[in-house]
Amino acid sequence: MLDRLDVLHTNAFVTCTTAEPAHPLRRLRKVPNAECSRRMTHDIVLFAAAFLASAVEAVEALTIVLAVGVVRGWRSTLIGVGAASLVLAAVAAALGPALQHIPIETLRFVVGALLLAFGLQWLRKAILRASGYKPLHDEAEAFSRGRQEAGSAGTVDRGRIDWYSFTVAFKGVLLEGLEVAFIVVSFGAAQGHWGPAVAAAVAAGVLVVAAGLVVRGPLQRVPENTLKFVVGVLLSSFGIFWGGEGAGVEWPGGDVAILGVIGFVALISLVFTRALRRRRIALQPVAAQG
Amino acid sequence: MKYLRSFGRFWWNFIVGDDWRVAAGLVVAFALTWLLEHEGMSAWWVLPLGVALLLFESLWREARSAETQ
Repeated sequence: MLDRLDVLHTNAFVTCTTAEPAHPLRRLRKVPNAECSRRMTHDIVLFAAAFLASAVEAVEALTIVLAVGVVRGWRSTLIGVGAASLVLAAVAAALGPALQHIPIETLRFVVGALLLAFGLQWLRKAILRASGYKPLHDEAEAFSRGRQEAGSAGTVDRGRIDWYSFTVAFKGVLLEGLEVAFIVVSFGAAQGHWGPAVAAAVAAGVLVVAAGLVVRGPLQRVPENTLKFVVGVLLSSFGIFWGGEGAGVEWPGGDVAILGVIGFVALISLVFTRALRRRRIALQPVAAQG
Repeated sequence: MKYLRSFGRFWWNFIVGDDWRVAAGLVVAFALTWLLEHEGMSAWWVLPLGVALLLFESLWREARSAETQ
């Protein structure tokens, strides 16, 4: 598709013009075409996936940072956040250019397979939570547990840095951030351009931090489990799509097939959730009797 | 050695996660897709079907295990 299109990167997304010689009367304006709108659709879905995934990870990282910062002070905590951000930036900066040397089909195969394995973990947990087989992730509880741990940890005063705060903030931001970096690098590399994925991650990070500053507490109202369900569906779908392309599949309908894959994965996930919920409810009286 | 082990465990948890059978099943699904495509057969359906089956099997096994606890 790329060899048939002249792709111009504008802001985060792309605008397309046909590569064929332009009609003299149409030389001055870009000609929208079906391929272009398909590509735009793909970019928008990709942006949504990267944004939601990054937002979920940012909410979790924010909870950890808030819990430590509120109890033990902000200086060492923020140094930990800064150090983790530098490591993440270095990882992304090293991985991005390195991946550009790998042939796109190989890259899509590897990235697709990894995204699918990663996405199915999210989806599996989200379905088990939604059906009641696993407890829901509760940011308020995570925050209060973090506060308790931070309060009970002894203050180890080595110079002017509180190493407990530094380590917990560093580890929390690094681990959650690595998942974001993985998603951004995967999406950017497999798609061949980085705009949507990077813009989505930055937007999600800024939005979550801003919301955290306004609320001054854990973001309890974020429907985290629902978001994880949606992200699991999207990551798994992109994994199927790119992994399939990398393995030699030609999807019916080309790029638009991603919408069909997303619809299919969402449908089976909802059906499984419903079936498991019914099963759990049906078994409850039996368990109570036992 | 300890750091090497925790580094390996981190990546295992990151990619494979709680259920190694799902990851193994994905390897089989990808291999089957590649094989069919290289034999000239259309195999776009293998991965979606494989994902549905693997997810079903993994979820129901987890549910059964939770019920017996």
